[in-house]
Order: sequence, then structure tokens, then C-alpha cells
Amino acid sequence: MQTASGPASDAAILRLDHVTKRFGGLVAVNDVTFDVRKGEVFALIGPNGAGKTTLFNGVTGLIPPTSGSVVFEGREIAGTKPFKVAELGIARTFQNIRLFEYMSAVENILVGEHCRMHAKLWDSLFKLPRERREEKEVTDHAMELLRFVGIERWAHSYARNLPYGGQRRLEIARALATRPRLLLLDEPAAGFTPQEKVELMRLVGKILDSGVTVFLIEHDMKVVMGISKRIVVLDHGEMIAHGTPEEVRRNPRVIEAYLGKQH
Amino acid sequence: MGAVGEAIRRRRSDLRSGLTGRALDVGLYVLILAFLFLLGTRVIEHGPDYLLQIFFFALANGAIYALIALGYTMVYGIIELINFAHGDVFAFGAFASASLIPLFGLSEGQVWGPFTILQLLAVFVVTMLLCAVLNVSIERIAYRPLRHAPRLAPLITAIGMSFFLEGAMFLWKGPSSVHYPDVLPDLSFTILGARVGVKEITVWITTIVLVVGLALFIDRSRLGKAMRATAQDRDAAQLMGIDIDRTIAATFFIGAVLAGAGGIMYGLSYNTAVFDLGFSAGLVAFTAAVFGGIGNIYGAAIGGLVLGLIRTFWDGYFDSAWSDVVIFAILIMVLVFRPTGILGMRVPEK
Amino acid sequence: MIGWFRRVWENDPRKDPNAVVYFLLAIFAVLFPLFASVVTGGSPNFLLSVAGDAGVYVLLTLGLNVVVGMAGLLDLGYAAFFAIGAYTYAFIASDHLAVTPLQTTLHVPFWIVLLIALFVAASFGVILGAPTLRLRGDYLAIVTLGFGEIVPRVFKNTSTWTSGVNGISALDTPELPIWFKGPWSGDPLAVVQNFKIFDPLGYYVIMVVLLVICVVLVRNLQNSRMGRAWAAIREDEVAAAAMGVNTVQAKLLAFAIGAAFSGFAGTFYGAKLSLVSPENFGFSVSITVLVMVVLGGMGNIPGVMLGSLLIYLVIFMVLPSLPDTVTSIANAIGLTGLTQASGDFPGIGEFAARLKFLIFGLILVLVMLLRPQGLLPSREREQELTKGTHDDTIIEDVQAETG
Repeated sequence: MQTASGPASDAAILRLDHVTKRFGGLVAVNDVTFDVRKGEVFALIGPNGAGKTTLFNGVTGLIPPTSGSVVFEGREIAGTKPFKVAELGIARTFQNIRLFEYMSAVENILVGEHCRMHAKLWDSLFKLPRERREEKEVTDHAMELLRFVGIERWAHSYARNLPYGGQRRLEIARALATRPRLLLLDEPAAGFTPQEKVELMRLVGKILDSGVTVFLIEHDMKVVMGISKRIVVLDHGEMIAHGTPEEVRRNPRVIEAYLGKQH
Repeated sequence: MGAVGEAIRRRRSDLRSGLTGRALDVGLYVLILAFLFLLGTRVIEHGPDYLLQIFFFALANGAIYALIALGYTMVYGIIELINFAHGDVFAFGAFASASLIPLFGLSEGQVWGPFTILQLLAVFVVTMLLCAVLNVSIERIAYRPLRHAPRLAPLITAIGMSFFLEGAMFLWKGPSSVHYPDVLPDLSFTILGARVGVKEITVWITTIVLVVGLALFIDRSRLGKAMRATAQDRDAAQLMGIDIDRTIAATFFIGAVLAGAGGIMYGLSYNTAVFDLGFSAGLVAFTAAVFGGIGNIYGAAIGGLVLGLIRTFWDGYFDSAWSDVVIFAILIMVLVFRPTGILGMRVPEK
Repeated sequence: MIGWFRRVWENDPRKDPNAVVYFLLAIFAVLFPLFASVVTGGSPNFLLSVAGDAGVYVLLTLGLNVVVGMAGLLDLGYAAFFAIGAYTYAFIASDHLAVTPLQTTLHVPFWIVLLIALFVAASFGVILGAPTLRLRGDYLAIVTLGFGEIVPRVFKNTSTWTSGVNGISALDTPELPIWFKGPWSGDPLAVVQNFKIFDPLGYYVIMVVLLVICVVLVRNLQNSRMGRAWAAIREDEVAAAAMGVNTVQAKLLAFAIGAAFSGFAGTFYGAKLSLVSPENFGFSVSITVLVMVVLGGMGNIPGVMLGSLLIYLVIFMVLPSLPDTVTSIANAIGLTGLTQASGDFPGIGEFAARLKFLIFGLILVLVMLLRPQGLLPSREREQELTKGTHDDTIIEDVQAETG
């Protein structure tokens, strides 16, 4: 959100090049190549076990890919440590919500602010004026983020006590606190009511407007087709289709492998 | 393009894990070689008879360490808990058998016959059962309620349990070493100039029988299979209809049986026991388990032997005041450089 | 009313009940010299000295709380850093170096050694922590345990440098350039120059001042960027890393700060006792401090202070006096037979003395089973320890994805 919102350019913000991930003999992601362009909503879809989350883990450094390259803003990041990836400007949410359950909503977001803060050990130990100033700034920013995702009324509740939808929103807010330029959302609409899904789509739009590129995994076709500009379809670790929602919808392999099974 | 990317990737990961890894390896090997060289000069100095003598003692010590290490490694394998109280169960085995020996009609300097062997066997069985009951109760009372708590909680409980047992034995036997009845016949054979006593032979044979029995049990029996399944994936094992509580209790039972046997043999060999015996012996045995790759049963047996060798050779050829330091230094180095154990077998990371 | 209180306590993390405890502790610290004086009829030196020793343990507990309570790392060799701090003081603030191969003496002032010891201990913490903090939690526990066993043995065995088991004695007495005689002297504002701190009251006052400083610093740290990072790591290391927290660095910092505290406390301890010996830094010291943290309430500063005072009272006051107490009780109620040793039974006095380990172990087990959050827990830790956290589920994610 710090980034000025500009016109969507065609430049790739994230480029995956022949990315493969093996677990022992099992190939979870096989030779996947695509790029996410700056200022778009990009969706990754595919049946369960297709390797979607593995791909996210590979991008964010949690479980580095076996081979291939991941380039973020022109910089090779495959094998980079997760915290470094976050510092570079990629934030994520988790499929099974991973909040700091026993910290308040604000504190959760403040953890996200961590990598954008400058307080050194001495500043914190002695509560120097610049540390206090920074604390105030990030707390204000955290409250702003809570309002942005619409859960400010739970600011001081434990994260675990938030309702389910609130927890998903809090996770998004926490990710936004790292001031990302690319936001990875892992099934953000899972378990949502139709009403909540509409609100989520609106939120994604707002995030996009603030200048953050969104790369999401989602099962709900309505959500995916409604907000994403381009889609990649993964099946058993293989990329089987790539294109605009219309192209993907018409792709016979997708219909067979994915939509066919669903409908 | 892709090939270039892959090449870059590979070089990066090579640089990271390869270079530092190799440098550490080289350092480690240099250290080991330096030690072996030093040892070599001492060995030559003291002559071959002494070497063989030390070697026989080392095998007996190593066997006892191996028996204790098996309990650590089995429990860790199945519930990922360092059972700090395990060493004290071993010490309890020594104390309990010291009291049982006169009860079962054995005494120092008696004449040996088939019946006395039976008596000794009875001491073994009863002691092992007592240790097993103790260890299973510890699991039931102190560890089971905390099975789903954060890892720190059962670990702290285990330390508390260790202190409790040491406290109980302190209360029972007092602060100083107590005499353990020297019942084994004072016979010895000379092999290539070195003396091998009945004590060493008893330790070797008992250990081999127990370890082979354990291996067969783990490999063949239903319960053994249940243990392996539970160690691999507790939830899946449960879904397959394995009674987790029973399996875990059985693991504690078997671990204690082995430790109890170790305790008796420690007493029979050294004829002394002290209340905190389990602390030091336990730490060495735990080092052995880590050395062999914790969770790995064969690793623990081999680790026990290796640690027995290291310790006895150090005591025999160098200043024994430093032997604990050496053991703990090995423990730290193995954990830092080879967290999966020196055998390099894969341990399920969870 | 209680229901309302409970709801606020459980749901609103802003309400801080600790203020009350801090206030009580402060009052207690100020009034203690007076109290000691009254109880003992004007000769409070023994009680004040004991309180000074207890303060050393409070310092240790505050430090270990950073490691165990805040960052969630288990350190079982905490006494090693304590020993390093104490020996640092012994080497550079006594005549001892004269009898070592160096054949010279150093007399660095106490206040400077405090800082030196802090850095020496912290450096050892970094050296030990850097390669091991990547490992899983219980491996760290074992590495620190090993280190804790090694350090006193090294001090014991390198006797040309440390005098071995005899230890190093006659350490320098801390000195202050200016000191007020204090309100108890009748002339409160009279200034003493080059004040040598022999007086237990002097130690007590310095200890309290140091403690106040440390509590303020640790509290600041807890409510800062780093404190939140530690809490996040404790709860979910993977999520913390994904949110941009350099987990290895944060854990290393916690570990080093803990070590620094221990070194700091070690210097004070050595100076007060004027003696260091390898026997004083064994595993039982590490465990004692751990029990203090656990019993008090991991992560909560006033809680662990309370825990350390309580355990100190039990271990160093109640248990040692137990033999005499039970012997006199036995005599008073006519069971004089019990006071004699017979067979395995050593007499009730000795029996009571031997209870120490057992009681200690029992406290650990019972606290973990009945009140894992400690007596006065931090709210986060209370919830974590009673309701559990999620495990490291990244591997499960992978399995879900691949299997």
C-alpha cells in the first residue's frame, strides 16, 4: 500500500522457470513455467494434491524447489530464506490459517510490521524516543490495516477468538503489514458463505488498487473467474493450461482434469 | 534459459550446503585423526596386552551403555520425548537387584551350580519387571497427560521425574556409594595375554541375547510392528486400529526391561552403586543414542558400543578427569554436525 | 463479578494485572531491611545477606525467562554462563592470576567487570547458540545440557589456571566512589568516599537497584519489536519466518541475552561470596533456575520473580532447616527413637535433609501436571500451556499436498 498505485503494466513481477519439486521419488511439481504480471490478480487452480501449496512454499522459501528458478522483480529467489523473501516484498497467507493465536489481532499485525521496522536492540532496551515514535507509527498502521480488512472491532481480542472469517481477514492484514508488492493468498475463500465471498472479492480488488499484485490459489470457480485476470491450471504437478479465464474455461484438458470432475 | 536457471540454482545450493558442509566435515575428520594419532602413540607405549585388556572392558561397558541407550531411543522414536528418568530407572535396577540378590539366596563367595544360575535368572526377571512397572507408571502418571501439550512441558516433567527418582534413591540409600554383592564367581580366562572374567562374559552374553531378542520382537511380533507404525505416524497408526496408549506403554516397558538388565550387570561388574548413578550413565547412554541417530534401534546399540569404547579407552590411556568432558563434547559435536547420527540414517523429521 | 473479571482477563490482553504485583514487590523490597531489622532485634545482616543471594537467583531467573519464557527455547545449561561470569570476575579482580602461568595480577573494578562478564557470557552464548539454534528444540536442550556439564569440569580440571576444586578465593570487594550513609545511620546525607561494599545492606541495596534496572530493560524488550518476534516464534515458527522474522537471529539474540544475564549474575555472586568454585555451578543450579521460571509462570516477569523468591525460600531456607525442625518436633512429641539412626534409617533429621531432591522433583512434576502455566503466568503462555498450540504443521501441509 506504500507503493503508489499505477497503471497495470505487463512486466512480470514473478517468474517461475522450469520449477520442479520432488519429495523422495514423488514429483509434486513438475517443470512449471509461468509468470505473474505486475498489477494483476493471478490465480492458480487445480484439484486437491495438484501441488499448488507446494508451489507457494517454493516461492516463499519454506520448502525450496528441487530445481528451476524463481525470479521476483528480476532477482533470483529460489532457495532464499523465508524471512528474506518477505523482506524482498512477497507476503502470504496459509491454507490452514496460521495466526499467532494467543496474540491479539493488533499484535499479529505488528509481527508483520517486524521486517519494516528499524528499532535496534538498544532502542528497544532503553525505549529511546525514535523507538517510541516507530512503535506508535506501526501501531497506527496496524489499526489502519484492521480497518482496511474490516475487523477493527476485534483489534484487542486474541486471534483465536476471532470468528472464522475474521481470522482469514486478519491473516491477510498481517501479510499486508509486511508491505508486500506481491501477495500470495492460499485459498482465501475456503469455508466462506456466498456473502463473505463477495466481500472477499471486493477486498482483493481494494488490495489490487493499493498497488499490490495478487497471486492466489482458490477452489471456488466463481471467485476465480470473477477476479482473476489470468489463470494457471495445475494437475498432478503438471501445468495443463494457462491463459485468461475464458481460455481456461474452454480448454478441453482443464474440463477433463478439473472442471469435469467437479461438475 | 531454464537450463541456465537450473544451473544457477544448483550452484547456489552446492555453495551453501556443500562448501560449509565440507569444511565442517574436514574439521571433524582432522579432529578424529588427531585423536586417533594421539591414542596410537599411547597404545604403542603401553603394549598390546594392555590394549586387549582395555578392549575387553570397553566391550562390557559399551554393552551396558547400549542397553540403556535402547530405552532412550525407543521412547524418543515413539513419542519424541527425551525420557530423562530413564537413566534413573537403570540405577533403580542396580539398587533393586542389590536387595533382591540376598532375598533369592545368593551370597558372596558361594559355590556355583545350575541352581545358582537359576537363582540369578530369577533376580534378573524380577528386577526387570520392577523396572518395567516403574517406567510404565512414570509414563502413565507423568507423561501421558501431557501428550498433547507443547513439547517443553513433558520435557520438564521428565527432568522432574528424574530428580524425583534420584531423590527417592537418595532417601533409600543415602549420599555415598553402597556396596553391591559380588556374587559372580571369581573365574577368569587369559586370552592373548589379557584377562577376561566371568563378569565381562556375563555382560556380553546377556546383552547379545537381549538385543537379538529385541530385534526379533520389533521385527516379527504384532506389538513390535505396532510400535514401528506408531513411531512413523501416530495418527495413521491409530486409524489402523492400533491401541496407541498400549503401544507406548509397551515401549516404556521394554525400554525399562533392558535398562534394568543393564543395572544388574553394572552392579555385578563394578560392585558399587550410588543414588545419582543414573544421571551420569544416562547422559552417556543418551549420547550413544544420539550418536547412532536417535530413534534408530540398531544405531543405539552400535552407539552404545562406540561410546563404551571411547570412554574406556580414554580412561585407560588418558586423564579420566576429562572423560566426561570428552563425552559431552562428542554429544554436542554430533548434534551440531550430524543431527541424524553418525550412521547417517534418516530419522523421520517431524 | 468474578465472571466479568475472568472474561476481561481472558479476552482483553490490554489489562495488566502485573502492575499490582510490581507494586507489592517494590514495597517488599523497600521494607525488607526494616522488617529484617525488627524480626532479628537489630541484627539484620544475616537476613540481608540471604536476600542478596536470593537476588542473584532473581537475576538468573529474569535472564532465563527471556530464553525459555519469551523465546520458548529450553536451556538446560544455564549455570555454565553463571560460572563463566563468576570466573571472569575471579580472574581479573583478585590476586589469583599471580599463581597462574601469567604471574601477574589484575584488579579491574567490579562495575567494569559486570559489563565485561556480560559480554564474555553473551559471546559464549553466541558461539554455542549459532550452530545449534537451527536444530529442533529438544536438541538445543541437550546441547546446552552438555555445555553445562562441560564448563564446570573444565574449570575443575584446568587447575594450573583455576586452582581446580579449591576454587579461587579472596576476590576483590566492590567499591563505590561515593555512597550515602543512608537513613538508618542517623545522618542520611553524610557521604562516604571510596565506599567498600562489605556490608550486607550495601549488597542488598545494589542488588535491588540492579534488579529494578533489569526488570525495566526486560520489560521494554518484551513490549518491543523483538519481544513480539519471540512470541511469534514460540507460537508458530513457520508463520513467523513467513512474516519476515529472521527466526535464527531472533533466537540467537534471546539466547545471548539470557547468557549475558547469567554472566552478570555470576559476577555479582562471585563478588559477594568472594569465592568461586566449580562445585557451585552444577546441573542442579541450572534446574533450580528453570524450576523458578516454570513455577513462577513462563514469560511473565513479575511471575518468575515471585517464583524465584518462593523457590529460593524453599530450597535455601525451609529445606535446610527441616532436619532441625522435625528433630525438635519428634523430641517434643516424645518420639525420640526416631531421631536415632537405625539400620537403613538415618534418623529423622538426616531423613528430612535427604528429602531435598525428591521434593524438588515433585514440584516440577506437579507444577507441569496441575498448573503448567505457573503461579502467575503471562496470559499468552497460560493459554498456550493449558490449551496447546498447533504443532509444526508445515510437514503435514506437504503431506496433504503430496499424499
